[in-house]
Amino acid sequence: MNDKTDKLIDKKGIRGDGRKADELRSLKLQVGVLSNADGSAYIEHGKNKILAAAFGPREMHPKHLSQPDRMVLRCRYHMAPFSVPERKSPAPSRREVELSKVIKESLEPALFLELYPRTGVDVFVEVLQADGGTRCASITAAALAIADAGVPMRDLVVACAAGKIDDTIVLDLYDVEDKLGSADVPVAYMPNLNAVTLLQMDGVLSSSELEKAVNMAMDGCKNIYAMQKEALKTKYMVVKETEE
Amino acid sequence: MPTFFEKKQLVTPGELLAEGDYLPGENTYVENGKVYASRIGLVDSDNKKVNVVALRAFYLPKMGDIVIGTILEVGFSGWTVDIKAPYNAMLRASDVLSRPFKPQNDELSAVLNAGDLIVAKIASYDRAHDPQLTVGEPGLGKITRGQILRVTPTKIPRIIGRKGSMISMIKQETNCQIILGLNGVILVTGKTIEEEEVAIEAIQKIEEESHTSGLTDRITQFLKEKKQPVKMEETQQ
Repeated sequence: MNDKTDKLIDKKGIRGDGRKADELRSLKLQVGVLSNADGSAYIEHGKNKILAAAFGPREMHPKHLSQPDRMVLRCRYHMAPFSVPERKSPAPSRREVELSKVIKESLEPALFLELYPRTGVDVFVEVLQADGGTRCASITAAALAIADAGVPMRDLVVACAAGKIDDTIVLDLYDVEDKLGSADVPVAYMPNLNAVTLLQMDGVLSSSELEKAVNMAMDGCKNIYAMQKEALKTKYMVVKETEE
Repeated sequence: MPTFFEKKQLVTPGELLAEGDYLPGENTYVENGKVYASRIGLVDSDNKKVNVVALRAFYLPKMGDIVIGTILEVGFSGWTVDIKAPYNAMLRASDVLSRPFKPQNDELSAVLNAGDLIVAKIASYDRAHDPQLTVGEPGLGKITRGQILRVTPTKIPRIIGRKGSMISMIKQETNCQIILGLNGVILVTGKTIEEEEVAIEAIQKIEEESHTSGLTDRITQFLKEKKQPVKMEETQQ
């Protein structure tokens, strides 16, 4: 190991990529990027590049998966073979199956599933380039895609991670910190309802550290939410401007 | 009892709109006495009712709606119809044939085949059953000529206009018959293709500019301009 990876955060509190402990990576969000999907969104979160597309509500195929009393949300998280330095097999891995489930479950509380029984909404998340924290960026983009498809939602869902590197709690870990750090806490959050829809912890944290990490991640979520809202509005801003 | 919006403000799902003595209208919901938006759209309040005019939505069937659909599948005793809604609609053979239907004698695909377009009315629909269509009324049935276009279902009221002013104006100016499916599918039938094209352009213009004021006047202007060159070409010939 060289000096760089030895220390993830220096004495001044500057991290490997030049950020402070509570600083987010740069974010870019765009809505309505795919014309064949009912709704779509694109996110660039640091070096992460992720596309999300939403379809529906529509008849479920295969039909036996539909529920007589509610709508079914299906999610597919997939990483492109070229999304990581070493080629990733395009077949769904164990990790991708898990993340699909995690994304689905963090979005479900935001939808009015009971309003459209026997139907299904499909969300496809395609990771084009990965650099740590893809599950969070995927949730943020997927929520936008669903909103863009015109599916009624209780709230947008935003996600952000916090973690621990070299005994410091930091916000929004990137790939190196994720791999060499001692803990990672992804949080998905509905800002207007003040409800957490996903909370995971990977690594070891004391209870006070966990509390600090969750609060930090929630603050990060609020910052991302402002950008998320802005991105959704930008697509329809043209309408508003002509009206004035 | 405060509200948290200006009239016609653009809101996103989850935005807090009002608190206390307000009723949720379209595309809103209440939680703990607070009214939130559930779709992206423009807010408006009508007395104590808060509405969001959605900019993106899908069609939900309602009894009595006129819709335009495509035959998906010919079944044993009827057809499955795609009406651009979350549910496929059913059209029964006995409803179309207007006489008792016998599977031995009647070949259903000879009456309506997959891919055919129909104008139909929603006869029944509830959350437990797929919508049922009927064509047993004048003006309904198979479409034989004309052009089809799709718009967002939420824009249909704007295309109709106040008491049908907008649509009757387009019909008059272009000599076209226009059937508006409430599912966002529109059928335009005219004497010539040119007339149909003008009507389609006018409808697309309404869809794009549906939130602007003075739209009726601009559409009138647009139709007048479109009419002129057509007439000039005719005189030249």
